[in-house]
Amino acid sequence: MEQEMVLKNENSLFSSLKQMLLKLTPSIKKDGIIKSLKNTGITFLSILLFIGLWQMGSKALYNKEADYRIEKALTERGEEAAVAERVCIESGDSSCQPNTLPSPSQVWASLKSLVADHQVIRADKAAFAEKMAVTNEKMISQGKDPIVYTGRASFVDIVLTSIKTVFAGFLLAMFIAVPIGIIIGLSPSLRSAFNWFIQIFKPVSPVVWYLLVFMIVKTLYIGDSSDNAFVISFISVGLCAMWATLVNTAMGVASVDKDYINVAKVLKLGTFQKVFKVILPSSLPLIFTGLRITLSVAWMVLIAIELLAQSQGLGLFVWEEFQNGANDSNSKIIVAMFVIGIIGFLLDRLMLAVQNMVSFNKNEMA
Amino acid sequence: MNTTQQSNEVYSENGIVYPDNVMLDLSKLKKVYPTPKGDYVVLEDLNLQILKEEFVTIIGHSGCGKTTMLSMIAGLNPISGGNISVLGNPVKGPGPDRGVIFQSPSLMPWMTALQNVLLGVNQVFPHATKGQRQDIAKYYLHKVGLENAFHKKASELSQGMQQRVGIARAFAIKPKVLLLDEPFGMLDSLTRGELQDILIEIWNKEKITAVMITHDVDEAIFLADRVVMMTSGPSAKIGDILSIDFERPRTRKSVLENDDYYTYRKHLIDFLEH
Repeated sequence: MEQEMVLKNENSLFSSLKQMLLKLTPSIKKDGIIKSLKNTGITFLSILLFIGLWQMGSKALYNKEADYRIEKALTERGEEAAVAERVCIESGDSSCQPNTLPSPSQVWASLKSLVADHQVIRADKAAFAEKMAVTNEKMISQGKDPIVYTGRASFVDIVLTSIKTVFAGFLLAMFIAVPIGIIIGLSPSLRSAFNWFIQIFKPVSPVVWYLLVFMIVKTLYIGDSSDNAFVISFISVGLCAMWATLVNTAMGVASVDKDYINVAKVLKLGTFQKVFKVILPSSLPLIFTGLRITLSVAWMVLIAIELLAQSQGLGLFVWEEFQNGANDSNSKIIVAMFVIGIIGFLLDRLMLAVQNMVSFNKNEMA
Repeated sequence: MNTTQQSNEVYSENGIVYPDNVMLDLSKLKKVYPTPKGDYVVLEDLNLQILKEEFVTIIGHSGCGKTTMLSMIAGLNPISGGNISVLGNPVKGPGPDRGVIFQSPSLMPWMTALQNVLLGVNQVFPHATKGQRQDIAKYYLHKVGLENAFHKKASELSQGMQQRVGIARAFAIKPKVLLLDEPFGMLDSLTRGELQDILIEIWNKEKITAVMITHDVDEAIFLADRVVMMTSGPSAKIGDILSIDFERPRTRKSVLENDDYYTYRKHLIDFLEH
């Protein structure tokens, strides 16, 4: 996501630069292929620049912490200890590595190790399933629950859990917010009746929503030993994220072009026809703008909520790695950061595509 | 007063009896908008009878209340005083017996041209089969020259083509009265001429009583049986009525070649400039 922002800025900077150049040298060709090649080149350069800056930054931080450790060994335990510390750090031994912002190569290595780990776990699972196949068949035929794999979740499983949670929360938000938004959009008196409710609950923090949902779900699950972390997290995500859709839907329904309403009046369309043939189609673009915001908010609050709910997703992964403090923990956190950013970006693109599909006026789209 | 208002005089003496050739009757019509500084009277004591199969154009300065009057006839704007009746039945709100062509085409942009026309047709002919309703809608789209654009989205059509769909939609519901609120005001003059021809061609066939607001003196003369001139507001009323005695069907050429045309034109311009 950060890269995307950098890229956008670069693009606008580039286009204004290019305009200046065009004025100075009219011979520059406005050829499409050249332009797209240039854009790709610029993107590539900005990525290199980003990685370069990151490398320099992490190197500087690494040196600062290494120097401090050697200095500390010198003042506290004498010259010999300081030399030993320096040798230890330079050897790359994991016991005395400075624990700071990881370099790009460390993060890359962590990504590879997470993928490798996933493959090991997947093989493990397959082996387990094969081994238990006969037993499980027997269990099922006896009417018992089959034995399932309960080993550690791989990074890919964690990402999938997060995506599953965010979609469940998104669907919940949609099924709550769109119908209520339509109803309060249609009636000005209901709108004022609901207004305080929306104004008060909209700014409530994700953490508080989590606590509220926890209070309720915990009681509902009394006597049930099954894992309710997933339920709690997707409900909290849904409640946090639904407000944009609710407000946008109500606004879209309330602000349908007066001309369309007049046409509906002149044709004496019934309420059902008026709502489904005129009001809803004309407010769809705003509803989808709301849903797009809802999905991106859902993805943002998800991380915090998974952490609190102990749901096996990216949020908990990041927190556990931080608590863990192992040598590669920091680089795993950065891997998670990129994965979170890229998935968030892809989700937004997905919603934008859907939004463009339902929008009847392509020119109005930002 | 003008000699062409004979049927009016018969009416105003009797008060209750409607001559059976009157389609639309406005009597003592009044419109008041409340403002913080007191009531603003837009229209007052406005009387007008429009006959069956008559095409009336209304001209007047901007803001004189023409559109207010038309939307009151359409039932979209409540009446502050007086009466509006269609064939003797008082108007109590909008309905498909009074088709409206708005200034902006007001098509549902997410629907195709055909769906836009069908929206009204389905409503007015609920007992017809689906095929019959499609035929009605297609007939009128054909009439306005859109036989190749049935399935184009309204948002993909040009402004002129959208207004053609608007015309087809209004005629397709077979209204008793057609109300046109400056329907060609937003179009360039070439397209406007084209659409005037299309409108008058369908109208010659259907002879639906029509009331049309316009700013264009030539358009007013070309289309109308009578041109109604409204005084400037506040408290606007009918200032003068001019009968246009050209034979129908008219062509633009024949109208321009007629000497009366310039007399009519001068009459209207004199009224508007005073």
